[in-house]
Amino acid sequence: MSVSTPYAPTSPPADAVVRRAAWMRVLALAEPDALDEAVQALGALPPHRALRNPERGMAMVRARSGGTGAQFNLGEMSITRCAVTLDDGVMGVAYVQGRERRHAEQAAVLDALLQRADWHDRIQSMVIAPLAQAHSARAQHQARVAAQTQVEFFTMVRGED
Amino acid sequence: MLTNPTSVSNAPPAPGFADAVMQSQQTFRAALQAVAQPGSIHETELECGVPPGLSAGMTATLLTLADVDTPVWLPPEVDEAVRQYLRFHCGCPLVSEPEHARFVVVPAGHAAPALEHCDAGDPAYPDSSSTMLLEVDALDNEPSTASVMLSGPGIADRQCLSVTGLPADFWQQWRANHQLFPLGVDAFLIQGNRLCGLPRTVVVED
Repeated sequence: MSVSTPYAPTSPPADAVVRRAAWMRVLALAEPDALDEAVQALGALPPHRALRNPERGMAMVRARSGGTGAQFNLGEMSITRCAVTLDDGVMGVAYVQGRERRHAEQAAVLDALLQRADWHDRIQSMVIAPLAQAHSARAQHQARVAAQTQVEFFTMVRGED
Repeated sequence: MLTNPTSVSNAPPAPGFADAVMQSQQTFRAALQAVAQPGSIHETELECGVPPGLSAGMTATLLTLADVDTPVWLPPEVDEAVRQYLRFHCGCPLVSEPEHARFVVVPAGHAAPALEHCDAGDPAYPDSSSTMLLEVDALDNEPSTASVMLSGPGIADRQCLSVTGLPADFWQQWRANHQLFPLGVDAFLIQGNRLCGLPRTVVVED
């Protein structure tokens, strides 16, 4: 069966992709309430319309045992996705973990605005930087808590081999 | 200015259904009624974004029926915006041969492939055949010079159907298609937001 390619990428500059992936990651990993507060602090946003209203679904998370073994299905997680477009045709998309429709919509709107030169710096400093900092603080805290329960296993060499 | 890496062209696709669950169920119901009562005309009066080159009825039907499991064929010269729209909202594979497609989509102004070039299904799975979605110029149940009489399952006596804008030998092709039963191609004729179903069981009387 000859299926045409799902989409023909126009291959944007690699650094633009990396930067966009970085802010999309921060928006997706943000606490929904913290993101909402940050968005309210931005004030009035330009009008946007929904290309795809926020909708919830499931995604199968796959993993490899030990990072190198055969793939297996780890389990399903709920995700919410949304796509919006601004009046000037810039499209923003978001896929976030969980069932918060507002989170997905705000992340999509901010993704669109971050692609616009007139909003980019303001959102980077007022939203992305604090949220990224909060996320890394949360991750460090979790790592510290987990480290307290770490157990080192070792085997005594018995010398028969 | 940063570029947008997810979209194919610069313009984003038109929006889909505002309320995907309710509107796709209503459109599915209309399509179901259309094939249950072949030759009768049903309306899909729904608000949704329409890409350039498709009618509202065709768009609503595709949003309802096409998904990742249903390869769709489009005429090669169709607007790229239509392909982008279907990929974005339906996620359906787009194929280059009508015989590989579950839905053979023919917007107005494009030549339809012959029914015999579409997939008539497998004897073990006759339901796996293609369905042709064909935009026409006019659809009516009143008798006219272009009208044919239909009979078969779902039609109490006889059903008059007047269609303009069909391929010249469509009804001859349809008779050959009907001979293949239980295999064969099903069709929807679409004009604006109006929909008429032609399942393979429909007999076109001479």
